[in-house]
Amino acid sequence: MTLLWEEEIEGGSHWSGVIRRGVVLRLTAGAADANVAALFFNREQPLERYNMADTLKAQHTAHLTTGFVCYTDMGRIVCSITADSCGWHDPLCGLTDDAMIAARYGATRFQEQRNARYISGRQAMLVELGKFGLGERDLVANINFFSKVVADERGALTRVAGHAKAGDFVDLRFEMDALVVLHAGPHPLDPGGAYAPSSLSLRASRGAAPAMDDPCRARCPENARGFINTERMYS
Amino acid sequence: MMKTVSGATIDAVVPAGEPWIGTVTRGQRFRIVDLEGNQAVDTLFYNALDTAEHYSAQNTIQAQRGIYLTTGTVLLSNRGRPMLRMEEDTCGRHDTLGGACSAESNTVRYALEKRSMHNCRDSFLLALATHDRGLTKRDLPSNINFFMNVPVTPAGQLRFADGVSAAGRHVQLHALMDTLVLISNCPQLNNPCNAYNPTPIRVMTWESA
Repeated sequence: MTLLWEEEIEGGSHWSGVIRRGVVLRLTAGAADANVAALFFNREQPLERYNMADTLKAQHTAHLTTGFVCYTDMGRIVCSITADSCGWHDPLCGLTDDAMIAARYGATRFQEQRNARYISGRQAMLVELGKFGLGERDLVANINFFSKVVADERGALTRVAGHAKAGDFVDLRFEMDALVVLHAGPHPLDPGGAYAPSSLSLRASRGAAPAMDDPCRARCPENARGFINTERMYS
Repeated sequence: MMKTVSGATIDAVVPAGEPWIGTVTRGQRFRIVDLEGNQAVDTLFYNALDTAEHYSAQNTIQAQRGIYLTTGTVLLSNRGRPMLRMEEDTCGRHDTLGGACSAESNTVRYALEKRSMHNCRDSFLLALATHDRGLTKRDLPSNINFFMNVPVTPAGQLRFADGVSAAGRHVQLHALMDTLVLISNCPQLNNPCNAYNPTPIRVMTWESA
């Protein structure tokens, strides 16, 4: 794969950008217990966006790892998970908000802490969405990369501490031109204490088009149809 | 304990496959009855005074640290505020991960040829288009599926199981803010969420005692 660019995102910071079809975006955790909240939108028509429910039910899963794809609400695939060193990413638990961050880590303000202030997931997403004319109505259910949350038989959720290690990565191969919004902030089930969100490395490479025997395409008949729907948009 | 429906301000039967919109005011009780059993009721709630605030599956799951909705669950908004509290549930478990069926997701899940089958998102869109509140597809977040059973295993698998509901079971919510309710009485024929036979539901409101 041809390297296109690399960028370092400080822990606690947010980022957005356009990732083109055929680009593989590698997210790499800078430290243990990393969490990266993520949302994806169709660059041409952002009313089409990552859809938690359609992603989960098409693939009969409540977690994401290699071989799974991220569906939009239009039956298409925005990106495929082509590699993953940590085995589980959380699609269920959502974002932190300002009250939660203040309660868990302490209240901070720009007036005192300057750029070391703590930014909630919700605030981070709203800022990045705003740059594209999007807002609260577009802030749908997100993925939390690098976090593992398991449900017991009664549905009670437990976050697995120490799941991600420094250097863990996940590769997202984009199947459509996408707007990508990220926040390298704490997971909403993080117990709190010291505020030390992991940094995030982004590495964009030119990938190969998914072959007919591509593991994500071949994972299940649902994904084969999802790729057909997606490829028709570009035909 | 069965409550009398006298004094109900809303008492309507929603036929199989139809949408329904109504307003429940703060303090009112809102009940949905699964009249014939095993009927998925796709439901969204909006702040009636500011519809950019709406039910949030992730806020609700996160706050209660659990994925199933039942008695005691407080339905939270995307702004983290309580919207309604589930105070009676004779079914025992309701889903908020499975979302709504759509023409497009039906092509993925079942066959490309299923696009023309009736589905919940079409019902939502038609209801919003004719309701004149300025709501659009943009305002369709992840919904609740009352009376639907979508178990998650400890290994992280999602299953669509036979319904746990039965004829006459109901869920009752106490409105904690003025709420616009949007329902699609699910028309899905491709999976067991409606026991392959969509049926009517009854919706009712009444004032608090």
